[in-house]
Amino acid sequence: MSMEEDQRWSPYLAGALSGLVSIGSIWFVGKYLGASTTFVRTTGMLEKLFSPERVANMPYFLKEVPLIDWQWMFVIGIAIGAFFATVSSGSFRLQAVPTMWQERFGTAIVPRAMVAFIGGIIAMFGARLADGCPSGHGLSGSLQLAVSGFIALACFFIGGLITANLLYKGGGKH
Amino acid sequence: MELWYGLITGILFGFLLQKGHVLRYDKQIAALRLQDMTIVKFMLSHIVVAMVGVYFLYDMGLVKLSLKPTILGGVIIGGVLFGLGWGLLGYCPGTSLGALGEGRWDSAWGILGMLVGAGLYAEAYPYLQTTVLTWGNYGKITIPQLLGVNHWLVIVPFLLITVLLFRWLEKKGL
Repeated sequence: MSMEEDQRWSPYLAGALSGLVSIGSIWFVGKYLGASTTFVRTTGMLEKLFSPERVANMPYFLKEVPLIDWQWMFVIGIAIGAFFATVSSGSFRLQAVPTMWQERFGTAIVPRAMVAFIGGIIAMFGARLADGCPSGHGLSGSLQLAVSGFIALACFFIGGLITANLLYKGGGKH
Repeated sequence: MELWYGLITGILFGFLLQKGHVLRYDKQIAALRLQDMTIVKFMLSHIVVAMVGVYFLYDMGLVKLSLKPTILGGVIIGGVLFGLGWGLLGYCPGTSLGALGEGRWDSAWGILGMLVGAGLYAEAYPYLQTTVLTWGNYGKITIPQLLGVNHWLVIVPFLLITVLLFRWLEKKGL
């Protein structure tokens, strides 16, 4: 852990630089960062393989058409960029269960997989209902001073505080 | 071409997310357990830098805003739901892909869950569209519009409060 900590950039610096990336994208391409719509498009593309006619008539897939767009590539890019960053600092390693989880619940993969899967379902349903995630609402909405962005951000943290603290109730500091 | 811009923007963003240690379950949950505010520092740094840059460019007529509507029903219920799921998953939609790129492959369960969640939302959308998504629709509004003031009168205090918050977090060792 301490070796990994050494390669950490200040979150203020990394965050500020990512803000410049955001400005560049908005200025040169007219695109605000976001991520959750990509999951809708991907699910739509997968469902289309099995029942193309059904997908073609579903109102939500008419609104968010299942195709590869700017944001889809952006989200894939995040994985590639993260891979470059960890390889460049020699810190890449596969981890099946997060450290904090291991300390509380052990190293078994199945319980972590179950909770992550269920959490993912709830999180994405909520993100789509809210019309954005921590990127689209939290970053892009807030930086534009959108009322929706700040309300969403507050609600994200309220919900997260509830489940994270229930899950780790009575657990010590990691 | 737009797709390439998306990919490049994603790579830069993912690189910075990794360097800032934002792509970690341990960091995201530590923020929700109020133990380590790394992700909050990253997000707020992004927001303030991009806020100043984007509104400067906006005043010059070089960029357009892209606001999400403030629909209280959707944003509040969806936002809290997202948070509840986030507290279980420990990654948000954007960071889940980054975590995968970093080798933290428990995020894959979350990605699968989020794809399922997107599909469920697409099924529920026609119903939600006529109910939750009609509750408290205030349209595309910003905080300066709400207050009836110039945006810089909001941005400057926002900057000052953020700096004070950062100083407080550092003093508390969060």
